[in-house]
Amino acid sequence: MKRLSVVLSILVVVSMLFAACTTAPPEEPAVEEPAVEEPVEEPVEEPMEEPMEEPAADIPTEYPRNETLYVSGAAWGPASTWNPFQPGSLANTTGTIGYVYEFLYAFDPQTGELTPWLAEDGAWTDDFTFEVTLREGLTWSDGEALTAEDVAFTFELGNQYEALWFSPMWRYMESATAVSDTVVQFTFTDDPLYQEFSNNLYNIPIVPEHIWADKSEEDITVGANEEPVGSGAYMYLTNAEDRNVWVRNDAWWGQDVFGTPAPKYIVDIRTSSNSVALGMVLKGELDLSNNFLPGVAELAEKGYVSTYFEGPPYMLSANTAVLFLNTTQQPMDDAGFRKALAFAIDVPSIVNIAYAQLVAASNPTGLLPSLSDFSDQAVVDELGYSFDTEQAKQLLADAGYVDLDGDGFVEAPDGSTIELQVTCPNGWTDWMAAIDIIASSAQEAGINIQSSYPDYGAWNTELQGGTFNMTLNNWAAMSNTPWTLYNLLFRHPIQDQMQSGNFGRYDSQELFDLVDALARVPADDIEGMQAITSQIQELMLTEVPMIPLWYNGMWSQWSESTWTGWPDETSATPTLPTTWSGYWQLGGLLTLINLEPVAVE
Amino acid sequence: MKRYFGRKLLIYLLTFFLAVTIDWMIPRFMPGDPVSNMLTRTSVNSNAYEVMYDYYSHVFGLDVPVWQQYLNFWASLFRGDLGISTYLFPTPVTEVLLRAVPYDIALLVPAILVGWYAGNKFGAFAARSKWLDNTISPLGYILTATPYMWLGILLAWFLGIVVGIFPIAGAYSFSLAPSFSWKFIGSVLHHWFLPFVSLLLVEFGGWAIGMRNLIIYELEADYSKYLQSLGATNKLIRNYAFNNAVLPQITGLALKLGVIVAGALVTEVVFSYPGIGYLLLQAIQNQDYFLIQGCFLFIIIGVLLANFIIDILYIIVDPRTRRGMMGEAS
Repeated sequence: MKRLSVVLSILVVVSMLFAACTTAPPEEPAVEEPAVEEPVEEPVEEPMEEPMEEPAADIPTEYPRNETLYVSGAAWGPASTWNPFQPGSLANTTGTIGYVYEFLYAFDPQTGELTPWLAEDGAWTDDFTFEVTLREGLTWSDGEALTAEDVAFTFELGNQYEALWFSPMWRYMESATAVSDTVVQFTFTDDPLYQEFSNNLYNIPIVPEHIWADKSEEDITVGANEEPVGSGAYMYLTNAEDRNVWVRNDAWWGQDVFGTPAPKYIVDIRTSSNSVALGMVLKGELDLSNNFLPGVAELAEKGYVSTYFEGPPYMLSANTAVLFLNTTQQPMDDAGFRKALAFAIDVPSIVNIAYAQLVAASNPTGLLPSLSDFSDQAVVDELGYSFDTEQAKQLLADAGYVDLDGDGFVEAPDGSTIELQVTCPNGWTDWMAAIDIIASSAQEAGINIQSSYPDYGAWNTELQGGTFNMTLNNWAAMSNTPWTLYNLLFRHPIQDQMQSGNFGRYDSQELFDLVDALARVPADDIEGMQAITSQIQELMLTEVPMIPLWYNGMWSQWSESTWTGWPDETSATPTLPTTWSGYWQLGGLLTLINLEPVAVE
Repeated sequence: MKRYFGRKLLIYLLTFFLAVTIDWMIPRFMPGDPVSNMLTRTSVNSNAYEVMYDYYSHVFGLDVPVWQQYLNFWASLFRGDLGISTYLFPTPVTEVLLRAVPYDIALLVPAILVGWYAGNKFGAFAARSKWLDNTISPLGYILTATPYMWLGILLAWFLGIVVGIFPIAGAYSFSLAPSFSWKFIGSVLHHWFLPFVSLLLVEFGGWAIGMRNLIIYELEADYSKYLQSLGATNKLIRNYAFNNAVLPQITGLALKLGVIVAGALVTEVVFSYPGIGYLLLQAIQNQDYFLIQGCFLFIIIGVLLANFIIDILYIIVDPRTRRGMMGEAS
């Protein structure tokens, strides 16, 4: 009896082992091969499965090198969603917005102009009515026509579902209606936020009504939207754990207007580390890398890779790294101290050492070079600051901060010791190096600041809950309006949790009113905007509520072994050499159109 | 026998319950908030943050009291529902695991098994053999003591870039779509080779050294001396020593196989090879409660299963255990 049970248990174990072996076939799991028998049994219960299996016939098994563009630097995880309304995870499917879904307008950061895309033309017929005329002959990739109805439907979704990011627009928008097949009319309440609206014109992806009208609320807000149908230049082809593949839409309406993008296939590669991407560029396996590669300056100098600028900073500027100061704590509540700190921080070393010259120091206003029209040079000349330890010491002394106990660090005017921490998320190596320099240069000037790197989650909790001393942040994306930056810097009202801006809780009604007023200036009234932005800058540079330090680069290095025609500083109409999510409508797509294959000898 | 397994089963169930509870608790004790991490990864100039925050908290069931979240967790676990990943939203955790883990199995199982087998054989062979001990054993020490990261980078750099005969990234050529062709299968093997070899080298070194030391210990044991004095052949003595020395190695092997669901993080990073290790790291950094829970759930199951198998295997391979149990049962 006992023998038998031993034998039995052995049998059980052995069969388990076999089961384990057979249920887990090695090699390729993620992408089920388009096997012949699969379509038969597939469509029962698996709406979440890979949208791979049906058109087995026309899925190519190989992408010819001279028709394929290999890119990396946007995706950091496997693709998980193709829903153009979903925040967060879309970076892993960069191109969903841009390749597949398009916008009414595009924005050219080099000229600062909104350029019509799906729209042919758009105009304010009066202060509260905006009319967009669509181009003729717009089509979806499934052959249906793209009409004004689709546009109105898309905007209307924001009215219906407040979990969509653009729904707050409906606080001041009254209707979006299709007047004819090609004309959409937007009407507004008497208090429209013109700046936000203009920004939304090139950020709201237009979706096809004939597909989205039947979707449930859940599908629209949180669905993965596999097999996206859009109107754009590329279509979804396939994806795997480490890549997304897109194929050119040869029936794209824009070929007559903008031209045909040269690469037939785009393979967006997820690399697990930046150094792998570098290796691949050097081997010519990767055409464009948008990873941050420290030391790429040297490689560019030696001609191994190409970059936008031939010399420093090599990269275009993408956003501003701002040091937020917690103004609810001592001594950051004192403008005198904040200003002294602004002089104490050694920005040149951050640029030259932490970044090895790959970034440029920020204008004290924090506005990107592409928004330099709105930076008031007279104000900057009068009130601006730059790295100067002696000046910092002087300002500290003037404000009453002196070293009482002789430890080399100043004490507050009330005699209390000052011990501060500057933070950034752990693992963000460039920022970690930068805050080390912030801390050491502040110590030079006599301010006791130490650097610390909490995990991202902990950092985020401190940031939003306002329990940090000072920390870095760069959440204002490249934009057509300075309002985007000011909406980050001076977000209000001040609440317990500041989730999307003004993390230092700087409280100034005067500034808030100015930002609100700026939001209400029509986007084409440049002078009206300038009048307000220079007032904001004057207050900002006097009070120094936060300190803009440098511009994070639009990391971009490419190999010209297979494709040429990349944009650089000498291009007549330079576009952005980037594949990052959110930049396709800022010229990323035009970059693809300008590419040319290298002739094969 | 029945009592033995009954008791074991009870202990396993209790361990499972406790371990899964801890697994549920730990991510929630970490500072941070998955929904806010998920939303801040977007740079949309969003005035909708607060509304979206509430909406997504509800989607993930994080808007109810903690005790209720805990009960809901067990309830959905019994339905086989591990939740939805926040880091890879909106992919269900089960799907994330199903897509990523096979890559790790393909790398780790052969590397561990081959490394174990060859390492043990070699270790046993090398022990007490002067010239091997002096030449190849130091190599084993070097291999195990080498930081794996460094070894991997060295391999990738030398064979991938300098010599250029192996790819440095991906599970198969980026110019191929999966198909049943020799070209594709060849590409898969080509990409698999370097990560596999790097793991194998380290595994081999570790097992070989362990076995060598164990054998030396066994050869010093009384029974070996006794056998020797009886005039038994070296081969016989070594066989006995091997049988005894292999026991702890079996335990080690089972435990290693049990934690495969944790992936091979460093291999995945160095060779840019897909797998769950990298995703688990990202999940931890993003407070992705559900993906962390899911991964660790399988690690717990894996370890318990491995232990269970060891218990049974010992009955087979170790007569002492078997006899003890029979005696106890009769």
